[in-house]
Amino acid sequence: MERYTGKSIVKGIAIGRILFYSKGENPVERGKVEDCAAEIERYEAAKEQAAKELDRLYQKALKEVGEVNAAVFEVHAMMLEDEDFNDSVRNIINSQQVNAEYAVSATGDNFSRMFSEMEDDYFQARAADVIDISERLVSVLEGKERSGYLGEEPVIVVAHDLAPSETVQMDKEKLLAFVTEYGSANSHTAILARTMNIPALIGVPIQKEWNGKLAIVDGYSGTLYLEPGEKILKLMRVKMEEDEKSAELLQQLKGKESVTKDGRKVHLYANIGSVSDMVSVFSNDAEGIGLFRSEFLYLEKEDYPSEEELFQAYKSVAEMMAGKKVIIRTLDIGADKQVGYFHMEKEENPAMGYRAIRLCLDRPEVFKTQLRAVFRASVFGNVSVMYPMIISVDEVRKIKELVEEVKKELRAEGIAYKDVEQGIMIETPAAALISDLLASEVDFFSVGTNDLIQYTLAIDRQNARLDAHYDAHHPAVLRLLRMVVENGHKGGCWVGICGELGADTSLTEEFLRMGVDELSVSPSRVLSVRKEIRRTDLSVLKTDENV
Amino acid sequence: MKSFTYVITDEVGIHARPAGVLAKEAKVLDSKVFLEANGKKAEATRLLAVMGMGVKKGTEITVTVEGGDEETAAEKLEAFFKANL
Repeated sequence: MERYTGKSIVKGIAIGRILFYSKGENPVERGKVEDCAAEIERYEAAKEQAAKELDRLYQKALKEVGEVNAAVFEVHAMMLEDEDFNDSVRNIINSQQVNAEYAVSATGDNFSRMFSEMEDDYFQARAADVIDISERLVSVLEGKERSGYLGEEPVIVVAHDLAPSETVQMDKEKLLAFVTEYGSANSHTAILARTMNIPALIGVPIQKEWNGKLAIVDGYSGTLYLEPGEKILKLMRVKMEEDEKSAELLQQLKGKESVTKDGRKVHLYANIGSVSDMVSVFSNDAEGIGLFRSEFLYLEKEDYPSEEELFQAYKSVAEMMAGKKVIIRTLDIGADKQVGYFHMEKEENPAMGYRAIRLCLDRPEVFKTQLRAVFRASVFGNVSVMYPMIISVDEVRKIKELVEEVKKELRAEGIAYKDVEQGIMIETPAAALISDLLASEVDFFSVGTNDLIQYTLAIDRQNARLDAHYDAHHPAVLRLLRMVVENGHKGGCWVGICGELGADTSLTEEFLRMGVDELSVSPSRVLSVRKEIRRTDLSVLKTDENV
Repeated sequence: MKSFTYVITDEVGIHARPAGVLAKEAKVLDSKVFLEANGKKAEATRLLAVMGMGVKKGTEITVTVEGGDEETAAEKLEAFFKANL
C-alpha cells in the first residue's frame, strides 16, 4: 500500500478503481499557410462550432448540476467572443502565416499567463478557463471529439488538472471522487465536487501508472491510499457507512428538537477536542458543546500554551456557537496523555496517578492560566467550565478558591468576565458515592463514563485482553449513574453524560428514565441519538430489571 | 464625456460573469465605455482585459462614457454596477 497526502476540498470517503484522465497531450504543431484569409475563415467556422458546443454543455450542466456549475459555460461563450482574443488569433495567422491551431494555442497560452500571474486566487484560477477555450477551439479545428466517457464502472478520476468542460462532460453516475495535482479550492472542479458532494483532493503528485489500481480517497484527512490493505479498507467502509447513515439522518432530523414522544426535552450536545471539530458540530446539528477537551492545546505544543492562545481557542468556539452552551473542561493531562514539558515522573499506574485536577491543584500557576482564559472567553458566548477527576469536596472548594482569586485579579485589571456555571466530572466511584455532598458545591455534573467504568470494574481499558470483561452495561455502573442523577437533582444540579456510553442508543431510554438532562456525544453520533430520543415514549411504563 | 465612480461590493470583485454581461451591454451602446482602476484602464467591451485588471472588492473604479448616447448610457451603466457588482 502507498499513501499520498494532498489538500482536501470536499470531505467524504470513496473506494474504487482509478481512472487516469489525460487530455491526450499531443502538442499543437506550427505549420505554414499560404492563404491567410482562408485560414481565418477556418478559425471563424471553428469558433461558431465551439459556441454551439458550449451552449449544449450549458444546457446539459444546467440540467445535471445546476446553475452555479453551468454558469462557467456561459462565461466561456463570452470569452470566446472577446475582441482581444480574436484580434490576437487573426493577427498571428496574418503576420506569421501560420495555421489556426497554432495561433489559437499561442493566444490561449498568452492570455492564461496573464491570469496565472495575477495575485488574487480567483483571477489566477481563470487561467484554466482560457486554456479550456483554446483547447476546445483546437479540438474543433483538428476535427477531434472531446469526450467525458469514463467506462462502465464507477471510478476515481485522477488527473494532473481538469478543465471545467471535462468535468461537466463526465457521466456523473460513474464519478466517485476527484484527485488532481493542480487546481485550487476555487476551481470549477472543486465547485462541482461540492455540488455533487463527492470527495476531492488537490495537490497530490499524480502518476499515470496508477490507472486501473484500487484506491481509497479519504477526504477527511486528505489522503489517497493506493492499493490499500484489508485493514484500512475495512475501516474506510465502516466510515462510509457511517457517512451514509448520518446523511440520511440529517435529512430527517436536522433542525428537529431532541424531545421524546411524551415531550421530555433533552439537551443533546457534542464532544470536541479542538476548534477544527466545529465543522462536524455544525454538520451534525449539535445543540451545544458538552465537552470541550482542552488537552489538544497542550499536546500539540513544545511549551506551555499562553493564556492568550487558550483564550483565542475558547473565544472562537464560544462565538461560533452563538449563545449555545459551551462547556470547557480544564486540563486532563497525565495517564495516557503525556506532555514532555510537564516533566512528569514515570508512574507504575498512571490511570490512578498524577493527573487532571490533582496536577492542576498541585501547579496552580498552570491551572490559573487556564481559568483566566476561560473567564475572559465567557463574555463572548455561553461558557461553562468543568473539572475532571474529582474525588472529594475538599478539591472542589480549593478549585473555587482559585476561581475567586482569578476573578479578583481580572476585576483588578479591569478585564470583563461573566459568572460561568461550574460543574464537575463524575468519573470516580468516590465522586459518585458522595455526589449528594458535591451537589451543593457546584451547578452541574457530567458523568465521564469511560473512567467511571474502568474504576468501578477495576478493568484497565488500555489492556485489550480484558476487553471481554469490560461491561459498560454492568449494573454497578448503572446504579452509580442513577444515584448521581438523583443526588444531583436533589442538590439543584443538572446532570449529563459525556462519556462514550452517552452515545449508546441501547441505553438512551434508560438514561432518560433515570432523569438525565443532557447527553454529550461525538459529533457523528448526535443524530443517531436524536433519532432514539424522538422515538422514546417515557409515558409507557416499564419494569426495571437491572437496577 | 460623462463619468462616475463606483466602489465594488461584490465579494469576488469584477468576476467573469458580470464582466461578460457588462461587455455585452457595452457593445450595444454607441458610446465608448472605459473602466479605470489600480492604474489600469480597459474598454468595457473587452472581457479578458477587464478581468485582467483584477478589480477586487472595495476598489473604487472610474467609468467614463463618451459618445452620442453618453447621458443615458452612463445612467444605465451606473444602475448596472449597483445591481450586479
